[in-house]
Amino acid sequence: MSGEIKHEWPLFEVFVRAKRGLNHVHVGSLRAADHEMALHHARDLYTRRNEGVSIWVVRSDDVVASGPDDKDAFFAPSGDKVYRHPTHYAIPDSVPHI
Amino acid sequence: MSDRIPAEAERVFTTTIEKDQRVEPRDWMPDGYRKTMIRQIAQHAHSEIIGMQPEGAWITRAPSLRRKAILLAKVQDEAGHGLYLYSAAETLGADRGDLTRRLIEGRQKYSSIFNYPTLTFADVGVIGWLVDGAAICNQVPLCRSSFGPYARAMIRICKEESFHQRQGYELLMTMMRGTEAQREMVQDAVDRWWWPSLMMFGPPDAESPNTAQSMAWKIKRHTNDELRQRFVDMSVPQAEALGVTLPDPDLRWNADRGHHDFGEIDWTELKRVISGDGPMNAERLAHRRRADEDGAWVREAAAAHAAKRQGVPA
Repeated sequence: MSGEIKHEWPLFEVFVRAKRGLNHVHVGSLRAADHEMALHHARDLYTRRNEGVSIWVVRSDDVVASGPDDKDAFFAPSGDKVYRHPTHYAIPDSVPHI
Repeated sequence: MSDRIPAEAERVFTTTIEKDQRVEPRDWMPDGYRKTMIRQIAQHAHSEIIGMQPEGAWITRAPSLRRKAILLAKVQDEAGHGLYLYSAAETLGADRGDLTRRLIEGRQKYSSIFNYPTLTFADVGVIGWLVDGAAICNQVPLCRSSFGPYARAMIRICKEESFHQRQGYELLMTMMRGTEAQREMVQDAVDRWWWPSLMMFGPPDAESPNTAQSMAWKIKRHTNDELRQRFVDMSVPQAEALGVTLPDPDLRWNADRGHHDFGEIDWTELKRVISGDGPMNAERLAHRRRADEDGAWVREAAAAHAAKRQGVPA
């Protein structure tokens, strides 16, 4: 009665767990009126052929993401810190199981 | 975020393409690349959605429960493919509702093949064999498109298209083992769909001005004529195995080229159908428009229901 009905359904991101023991992986997006409908649509759209055993749906505008330009600030340091990698440490070949 | 100088951003984009890596939605990309990708993906999505109609018309008249179930699954897949693709287009900032409006208003195109009528049940088989076969030729290289979301959607689509082509060919094999009238029906459908299938690959290379840029951007991996030739070479032995004749007197093996030569395509027909004057253009768009209008109250009701449950006044 009051205000305007929003006809464009919001966008949801869909994540599917392919089988037990694996992570949920992003497979795409869809439009739905609410979370429940998003889950049903995700089932129809992304798991028509045994693609998964579990689905997550998340409102796209709830996703906070790093940008491609954040590369240096976010991802460069791990490259600098070679001591974080096991191959940084020299161990004689004669030492077993390490 | 966006204060990076354009030259540097462009260098990163070019390097990404050169190294055969994927461009992702939040990356900087030239306006032309973005516009071309939105157009390419939207046209592809529209084709999947409009492509539900020619075969959908046969669901209620499929000759057995098995064929009906197969056809339902196939048409549902086409809807799914359309939605994967609209999802990819939305990563570029396009809006799904806006794309649908552009389709309905005739401002964006879809594949010309769907403007031909499906006159008999044999057409369902021939669409699976030839039309989906041509689509597979076109789409397999697109799994390596430089635009990540499109490439990923194409991988999923190609897996499902294989079912589409095989069910069509199997349907035709069954009809060819039937009565003389059924065999004639198959040949008639092949005669009507062969040339439009060849047109699915688009105009000849000499008249395809955007090909060079699209190849440079790696959003197109082979030229129209290369893919058309590949399709002809694949189809000839399949036609022989089926026992049908492809309606082209000039079709023959050329040992020097290692390919089949084939006759001249009627390009004026392709131009006519693309510009809206095919046998079914008006009906296809009218049907899509009607579906959109008839579904409007459902979309509104679902939105109102969701708002009510959230406690927000609708």
